[in-house]
Parts: sequence; C-alpha cells; structure tokens
Amino acid sequence: MDIGQFLQLGIGRWIHILSGIMWIGLLYYFNFVQVDALKAAAADNTAAGITRHVAPRALLYFRVASVATWLAGAVMLGSHFFDAFLFRTPVLYPIGVGAWLGTIMLGNVHALIWPNQKKVLGIVPADDAAKAKARRIAFLASRANTMLSIPLVFFMVMSGGVFRTQMF
Amino acid sequence: MKTPLDSLWGTVISGLVLTLILYWIVKTALVG
Repeated sequence: MDIGQFLQLGIGRWIHILSGIMWIGLLYYFNFVQVDALKAAAADNTAAGITRHVAPRALLYFRVASVATWLAGAVMLGSHFFDAFLFRTPVLYPIGVGAWLGTIMLGNVHALIWPNQKKVLGIVPADDAAKAKARRIAFLASRANTMLSIPLVFFMVMSGGVFRTQMF
Repeated sequence: MKTPLDSLWGTVISGLVLTLILYWIVKTALVG
C-alpha cells in the first residue's frame, strides 16, 4: 500500500467513521432525546435552556460533521465516485445505494433542517406561524434522516470484503 | 396530517422496511 492509498482508504475511512458517528449520533440525540425533552421542558418552562444553549451547539457540530462525513466518503470512493453514484459497476451497487442515501441526508441537513431550525431557534426572524411551519418541516426532515440512516448504515457495513460477497 | 415519521417506532419500522426493499432491489440487480 502506498502513501496515497493509506491516506485515501485508511485515514479517509477513519475520518469518515469518526465524523459519521458524530453526525448520526447527534441525529439520534435530536430524535430520541431532544424532541421529547423539549416537550417536557415546555411544560415546566425550562425549554429555553435547551433551545438557547444546547441545540445551537449540537446543530453546529451536526452540520460540520455531515459535511466531513460526506467529503471523507467521496475521498474513499476516489476514482470510483461516478461509477458508484451512476451504478455503472455492479460490484459498486451496494455502496452506490449507501452513497445516495448519505447524499440525500446531507441535502436534508443543509436545505431543510438547518434553514428551518434557524427560524425555530430565533437565529433568523420569523413570526409564530412561520416558526410553527418551520418546526414541522425540520422535524419531518430530521425524522426522514433517522429513517434513511437505517438502510444507510446497512449498505455501508455490507459493502466491504467478506460481507459484500456473502450478502449480495 | 400524521405520518409514520411522527412516532419513533414508525420511523424505525419505516427504516427497516426501506432496508429490505433496497436490499431486494440491489440483490435482484446483481443477480440479473
């Protein structure tokens, strides 16, 4: 293995997994913890602590990690990038599906979740009706990403080596 | 309008069903 392969397939995979843990970990925090915590906190008027101090920080790491994960994945695909995304090579079909799911999720983060969360958290001005609509869109996009993460991780872990030859 | 994504169980079950569907599509494409 030369230094280029070491950086692409070794360090690239390492960064992909580390940043992926942060991205999906925070996604699961939002969906499995924060949504219900905010409902409970609203009942005793303590929600501001979450929306002012926790959510903006979590969303910052969430956004940065999503980009880092996607870029490291693209580096790992390297010269196979278009073959995987365009399903040109059968052996790359599984990772192609995973790559598409990750790309859709990245789009959800930056086109739907973050722009709407900025309204919900008061980072950009919005009236109550706009906030309610933004909250619903951000919630559904976040839940859609949670749903998509299940096949995403399946296709990631089943795309390599012995797993791919046994599963596909 | 309520959707399966409104509940955590609905979200997880939708993800598992989507996994099965995509797995079947890829497996079929590789065999064919």
